[in-house]
Amino acid sequence: MTTTTATPPAAVRTSQQPVFIALQANNDTLPIVQAIAADNPLAVVDELPGLVKLTAPGRLRVCRASIEEAMGRAFDLREVHIHLVSLSGEIDETDDEFTLLWRAA
Amino acid sequence: MNPATLTPTAEAAKTAARKLSLKENYALLTRDLGWEPSYQKPEDVFRHAQFEGIKIHDWEQWEDPFRLTMDAYWKYQGEKERKLYAILDAFQQNNAQFNVSDVRYVQALKLFINGVVGMEYASHRGFNIIGREFPGTAARIAAQMQAIDELRHAQTQTHALSHYSKYFAGMSEFPHQYDRTWYLSIPKSFFEDAVSSGPFEFVVGICFAFEYVLTNLVFMPWMSGAAYNGDMSTVSFGFSAQSDEARHMTLGIEVIKFLLEQDPANVPIVQGWIDKWFWRGYRLLSLVAAMMDYMLPKRVMSWAEAWEIYYEQNGGALFADLARYGIRPPRHADVTVKEKAHVSHQLWSTFYQFRHAAGFAVWLPSQDEQQWLSAKYPDTFDRYYRPRYAHWAALEAAGTPFANATLPQLCQVCQWPLLFTEPDDPTQICYREESYLGEKFHCCSDGCREIFAKEPQKYVHAHLPVHQIYQGSYFLPDVNPGAPGFNPLVEALRYMGITAGVDGGSFHGHVDAQNWERWTQRPASMHDPMQSAPQPTPQAATPPPPHTPPHTAPQTPPQRQPA
Amino acid sequence: MTVQAISPDYHGSMKDSVEHFHGQQLLNIGWDQHLMFATPLCIPVPPGMPFGALVQQVLPGLYGQHPQFAQIDWAATEWLRSGERFTPAMDQSLADNGLGHKAVLRFRTPGLAGLAGAAF
Repeated sequence: MTTTTATPPAAVRTSQQPVFIALQANNDTLPIVQAIAADNPLAVVDELPGLVKLTAPGRLRVCRASIEEAMGRAFDLREVHIHLVSLSGEIDETDDEFTLLWRAA
Repeated sequence: MNPATLTPTAEAAKTAARKLSLKENYALLTRDLGWEPSYQKPEDVFRHAQFEGIKIHDWEQWEDPFRLTMDAYWKYQGEKERKLYAILDAFQQNNAQFNVSDVRYVQALKLFINGVVGMEYASHRGFNIIGREFPGTAARIAAQMQAIDELRHAQTQTHALSHYSKYFAGMSEFPHQYDRTWYLSIPKSFFEDAVSSGPFEFVVGICFAFEYVLTNLVFMPWMSGAAYNGDMSTVSFGFSAQSDEARHMTLGIEVIKFLLEQDPANVPIVQGWIDKWFWRGYRLLSLVAAMMDYMLPKRVMSWAEAWEIYYEQNGGALFADLARYGIRPPRHADVTVKEKAHVSHQLWSTFYQFRHAAGFAVWLPSQDEQQWLSAKYPDTFDRYYRPRYAHWAALEAAGTPFANATLPQLCQVCQWPLLFTEPDDPTQICYREESYLGEKFHCCSDGCREIFAKEPQKYVHAHLPVHQIYQGSYFLPDVNPGAPGFNPLVEALRYMGITAGVDGGSFHGHVDAQNWERWTQRPASMHDPMQSAPQPTPQAATPPPPHTPPHTAPQTPPQRQPA
Repeated sequence: MTVQAISPDYHGSMKDSVEHFHGQQLLNIGWDQHLMFATPLCIPVPPGMPFGALVQQVLPGLYGQHPQFAQIDWAATEWLRSGERFTPAMDQSLADNGLGHKAVLRFRTPGLAGLAGAAF
């Protein structure tokens, strides 16, 4: 049984094609959006009615530690499912980080 | 099966589960629950895994990127449901159906309940089937979870919209209309085409081409539009469904990469399915173009802008990534870009002239809406489409409104009327013709024609409502076609469950418009306050069909009776 | 033309072949450059109907609402059958003019290219 991906996402070279994650705009997601924006300086945050969309070139990281810091409580990354509207990019999810990325050609 | 992985007691299982990482937990679910059949051959157990020509060498390579396990699935789905139903309760208790921007907006919800809910249910059936068909355990589990998701969507959408149905016409017969109404054969035939394909075609077509590449257009700008128009009920069920869709999309991309990595022989087969289902899905979603550009009283973005963001940019990134496998963007994607500034206007013109046969009320855009359309479509709206609305508005003002009383010619594949123009000539309807076994077949586009030409054996069987009406099969059993004064078109509408002027018809004087003004003291159209002034409606004298709430305008909206 | 199917001889039934239409056949009609009628129209017709009767008795009911319909010079009208120009014989039947079941008949009216310069 293999449970690890071949290459950890942090080591993957990415393209500049946009990846995005869109979350419902609500109280629970305020610190999540804040944490993602802080962890991804290249991310553009679009606020649309009812939702927030974060778009970044090549890679977008959603880190458990940053969200926990912003929320002030423990956070299971799978809680994102409750607020998720949509996403784009290849996904790699571990207990600590959820990454969206497009690999370099 | 390895007995060592079986835990002797529930208590031990709990202790063990707490120690497992996400990946280990997922691996146990998707590997240890499978087994090799011992007294049946694998190809007899999974009978439909071979015939499409897809070659799988190692199902162990299948990995759901979210690695969702059952405990997490039920936990988070349960939480989503609690949040959703709390909002639906609040919405209903506060009579929030009267807080949406206006009752034109509600007409779009009729398309949702009559068209989308049936698709969700059909999708649920499809995933149940492939949840049985795939030889790989992880793939079967992903499909089974998705089947539950799709059923949940059909249920939550029905619950949310049932509240609107207490107050507004045209929503109460949705399963009946989905099966019988002429333009709802477009979504119905789409999913029946998918469900009657093999398991691999279904999953590529629905999870990848439809959900990953296209459904952002429904759930991002459209649901954001629902929020903008004050419909917290729809936006909640929409986003709740879309949070599942996001998971389905990851399944879609996983499916594609898995198939492409398993065997080079899979590449051309998968490419063919991407080409087919991208075009099928694009044609289906054209309906959303009309909903976004014409039916949202307060608009978030145009269809053309949404297409640029969600297909041209995001789809571009996706297909740039898939190039490494030898996959190219879908055939005729260039046509979708050429059509983006035309398609919503051509659809609305079609619905306007067939509004007597629509299940929702239709109107001409007001002057300020036309200004918005002109600003969003600077190269096409004023030149090609504004003159239509000016002409039809003058006819309405003169008391001789335009309507098309003849049935349209339909596309054999997508089942839309042939309403789309040549990609490079917006003045010429696009006609495409094929012959098969001496019979002529017609399509709306090269995309649909190529789909037909590849599998004519399948599409000769298409159930085209216009042809069915002329065959005499679209009548209720009480109808006598030989009776004096028999009108086949009136009878066909009755068969479809459409009462003209109650379900659809002109917004001007429509029962919803009249009730809205009476109940809310606000204009039925925020853009065109005069247009909804009550008119004498001959339909009001017609008794509503059975099972339909009375829509003949009581002075106060219906209230829940005390128990 | 290869459908992949569980059974090698799979074939859907021909749902719309002419014998289903009670002696009538279907004719699809389009007036080019007149998108007031947003789609071509589909009507059942007797195969023996003379082409001239179609022009004189049927088309006015389909297209008469268009302001340019009354101005059509039928002698100058161009006809297309499956997208190809042809010259119909007015006194002969639709069938004899090569318009079989589910044929597409289009017409173009020189000098009348729709309203507003927009083929409407």
